[in-house]
Amino acid sequence: MDPEERLCADARTKPLNNQPFIGFSSQQKNWEDSSLLDYGMRIEPQISYFNPPTETQSSLACNFNNQTQITSQKSYQVNVACESNRIQDWDPRSTISSLSFLEKKIHQLRDLIHFINGQRGQFTGQSDELLVQQQMLITADLTSIIVQVMSTAGSLLPSVDHSRVANPSAGVSEDIVLPDYAVNKVEDDHSRVSNPSTRVSENIVLPENYAVNKVEDLTGYFGAEENFAVEDHELKSDDDADEGENLPPGSYEILQLEKEEILAPHTHFCTICGKGFKRDANLRMHMRGHGDEYKTPAALAKPNKESSSESILIKRYSCPYVGCKRNKDHKRFQPLKTILCMKNHYKRSHCDKTYMCSRCNAKKFSVLADLKTHEKHCGKDKWLCSCGTTFSRKDKLFGHIALFQGHSPAVPVDEAKASVGPSDRGQISEATTKIEPRDFNFKSNVMEVKGSGNDPTSYFSPLDFGTSNAGEFHEFPRLPFEDSESSFSFLFSGSCDYPPNTGRYSGPNNLE
Amino acid sequence: MKKQKSMTEPIFNRFDLLSDEIVFLILDFLNDDPLDKKSFSLVCKSFHAIESRHRKILKPLRSEHLAKVLIRFPFISYLDLSLCPRITDSSLGVISGNLVEIDLSNATDLKDLAAASIAEAKNLEKLWLVRCKSITDIGIGCIAVGCRKLKLLSLKWCFGVGDLGVGLIAVKCKEIRSLDLSYLPITNKCLLQVLELQHLEDLVLEGCFGIDDDSLTALKQGCTSLETLDMSSCQNVSHVGLSSLTSAAGCLRHLSLSYGSRVDLALADSLQKLSLLQSIKLDGSQVTCSGLKAIGNWCASLTELSLSKCSGVTDEGLSSLVTKRVDLRKLDVTCCRTITCASVAHITNSCTSLTSLRMESCTTVSAEAFVLIGQRCQFLEELDLTENNIDDEGLKSISRCSQLASLKLGICPNITDKGLIHIGICCSKLKELDLYRSAGITDLSILAIARGCTVIETINIAYCKNITDRSLVSLSKCSKLNTLESRGCPLITSFGLSAVAMGCKQLTKLDIKNCQNIDDTGMIPLAHFSQNLRQINLSYTSVTDVGLLSLASVSCLQIMTVLHLEGLTPSGLAAALLACGGLTKVKLQASFKALLPPTIIEHLESRGCVFQWRDKVFQTDRLRSKILETTVGRGGMKQFHDMV
Repeated sequence: MDPEERLCADARTKPLNNQPFIGFSSQQKNWEDSSLLDYGMRIEPQISYFNPPTETQSSLACNFNNQTQITSQKSYQVNVACESNRIQDWDPRSTISSLSFLEKKIHQLRDLIHFINGQRGQFTGQSDELLVQQQMLITADLTSIIVQVMSTAGSLLPSVDHSRVANPSAGVSEDIVLPDYAVNKVEDDHSRVSNPSTRVSENIVLPENYAVNKVEDLTGYFGAEENFAVEDHELKSDDDADEGENLPPGSYEILQLEKEEILAPHTHFCTICGKGFKRDANLRMHMRGHGDEYKTPAALAKPNKESSSESILIKRYSCPYVGCKRNKDHKRFQPLKTILCMKNHYKRSHCDKTYMCSRCNAKKFSVLADLKTHEKHCGKDKWLCSCGTTFSRKDKLFGHIALFQGHSPAVPVDEAKASVGPSDRGQISEATTKIEPRDFNFKSNVMEVKGSGNDPTSYFSPLDFGTSNAGEFHEFPRLPFEDSESSFSFLFSGSCDYPPNTGRYSGPNNLE
Repeated sequence: MKKQKSMTEPIFNRFDLLSDEIVFLILDFLNDDPLDKKSFSLVCKSFHAIESRHRKILKPLRSEHLAKVLIRFPFISYLDLSLCPRITDSSLGVISGNLVEIDLSNATDLKDLAAASIAEAKNLEKLWLVRCKSITDIGIGCIAVGCRKLKLLSLKWCFGVGDLGVGLIAVKCKEIRSLDLSYLPITNKCLLQVLELQHLEDLVLEGCFGIDDDSLTALKQGCTSLETLDMSSCQNVSHVGLSSLTSAAGCLRHLSLSYGSRVDLALADSLQKLSLLQSIKLDGSQVTCSGLKAIGNWCASLTELSLSKCSGVTDEGLSSLVTKRVDLRKLDVTCCRTITCASVAHITNSCTSLTSLRMESCTTVSAEAFVLIGQRCQFLEELDLTENNIDDEGLKSISRCSQLASLKLGICPNITDKGLIHIGICCSKLKELDLYRSAGITDLSILAIARGCTVIETINIAYCKNITDRSLVSLSKCSKLNTLESRGCPLITSFGLSAVAMGCKQLTKLDIKNCQNIDDTGMIPLAHFSQNLRQINLSYTSVTDVGLLSLASVSCLQIMTVLHLEGLTPSGLAAALLACGGLTKVKLQASFKALLPPTIIEHLESRGCVFQWRDKVFQTDRLRSKILETTVGRGGMKQFHDMV
């Protein structure tokens, strides 16, 4: 939440609540926000209790009974604390005593801040020395109180999973939160998403329309925060970037998406019409069409990242494919750094390569960005090895040949053709430049036809066979390399199965 | 036909008693004339088959029928295609795995595809690709992968080959003994890999400008097996780089630093570690006295030293060196114009076992020095005294060197028949004699030479004006003669030439430029008998269309210079050029360029013939003699030599 927005929210709170402790409230909120997130991060995804809705309801009721002045977030935390304690041998009395202690401390804190506020005006006339001394004392007091508050609050914190709080049936706000939840189906993010939802559900009971605003604000905030992270990570595409990272196990939080979620084309859905978007920004733009309430600057603004990010536990991702080294159950598990790394890894390693380069018709990719990268270089790889590997650099080819036995540099095809003889020269000239990629796709096509055989015609692009006549077929550089030991022989091992009569390729029947 | 065969069968059977191996042994002795084996194979089918199986070496002049020829001779292991004009990639498609040696030098049209064909010869051990400019790293890479048994590889002037190709050769062909990388654009990168070759003995890095001191000092280890190193014309290498390169190469025996950095004390000191060093070539370098002295001190086993065209070679330095290195066998002091009789006295005094002494253009050496050579160096086999002050006394003394095989007496105006007759009588092993512009020579000398030196192969009597047909008739008895240069001998006629043509069947190179008395009647016997003729110069003779056309029957003829033949017409020339199928180089007057049909020129060029058009003004006899008078009058045969 960016500071401006926060100010805005605060300003809104002021007249509505009209409470004496505005200053405290805002500070408190600040503190709560960070702790809340912190707490969210610590959740272990493995433990997923089912939280009956009644519990949430009851906790809500409890929240109301308290009728405290503290913010809704605070009440949420209390509620959570109660819950956790109840599960692990819950003792309401100790909790209540803790709460009253907290309350007391918070009062102290409030007084102190008032004192500071009051003094600020008086001190102006005093000597600097005295001022400094007093300020130091106050700061020390403030620090000790905050520490006490925090430790007490920390003792209330449960160590169990709170995803149950996020149960969709929880709270009044179910209808509002559910779409958002559906979008962020990430299991491990339940807690994070659910936090605001719970908050919302509490807020919504408040009679003021502030609460409604708050709902929007918060859902938008959290949902967007998640999306924002994704957008940010899209820049880093290499999923092996964290290869050298040696995080001690347990020092980070492992998140794992399901296969369907990884492959889902859209991650942001309109809560009203259900249309999907890849980016939250696009969704927000779309939302404008659904009413004026979505046109407010607050609704359209780009939600900011959390300011207290250093307190967040490092997140790492696990591949859902069991047996993969990137899967958390693997013996030597190597986590993936970002959600995008994980998506790309999953697509590259465990999915079919559906994107084929239309230029060479040989290279296939499962990630669209990889295809685009390839297309930038496709056809430029002019250094060719007899094994069929192409290189964009000559020294790389020679390094490859030096490394492998029996591989040798392949003589460029146009040169081979040029020496075939003067009689052939006429028809050669037009096709000399592009011959290389063509004989590769020829090779791959042949292999594929053999493998599948379902609908072989679909594998032949018109470039390969549809338009090729017998003469062009001969142009494949067989002439100088007809020996079985020749460096090109591998290329023709497949092609030799077919007589050089293109007429046979017209129907699929001939192939099998 | 069948009857005939059955009648001759008994004779065949008798010969069949001899096993193939015995016939092979007999064939081994038929080496003198390449036509002998041809005659043998033409006797009968059986002989033809035996000869086909016997032949190991093939050096064709044309590549058109290479495929058929290789089928006929299945056991060819050495294939020399360096004489073939225009070898194309497709003509090499027939290379078989039997070949052990291939020489493709000067096949400038060859491309990587041809290299890929060569790579099919898996047993190849020696490969010369000199001047194959169109072959690149890719082709060399194919060869490196295909020919793993390579022991010798010459890539001289293969400008398309760089670090990557050579590096791959070093990685893949571990058997390499000899590697010629002259004038390649290579750097330290591949040198590092080359020096890791375990068996490398001979490395030529002539004119590799990419190799410098910095890169050489970076080399951690030298090559321990290296015996011969040629770093001629490596201008960026000084003694610093050299010492780091040779520090580990303790076995180095032959070192060439020609046209390199200054030969001073520092460089000589870097040779100190090379205790086995036998020969040093310092041609064209600047030499200091102290450097020469240090070489004399350090190189204990030195037997060969070349200081050809070195500046700074003085009597003091040379004398100091030769007095310490008494084992010297070969010494080259060509164009060391400051040395005098004193040096020669020291050389002959200490190095009595000299076999080769080359001292062309040592013009300050006086005549008595040559007497010393003859007296003290009697093991001489090669002696180059071109442009020296030697006289008949000196020649008489030198005739004691009975082992003499090569004697060069060009531009020695002081020698006459009196001295040369001694050579003819005593030096029976003489193979090469150069009498270029030694104008005091007459028929008497040549008669003596022809009678005494029957094994002579090369003789140059150019501009010896007094030579007549008698000399040629006597030389026709020397059956091994293959090179005859008789330029500017106006007394020679077609009669003498036809005598040589009939007697000297080995004749491959003939220069009769400016012999105005030679006409078509000399050409016809030449065309008939000298079937080995490869090169001829007919400029300024009286040969006409008929004579030129008759030469077409010499199938080996490759190089022809035809300038200023008065009786030559464009159509006659065109006919002759078309008829001579094997021509690779023709020098013609520029005026013919416009007169010959362009299609004919195109056709000949596509066959591999290169035309050189000359635009010299016709020099009449009178003009010529005038030039001669003026230049000689001004003094200095050298100037005259340069002018004409």
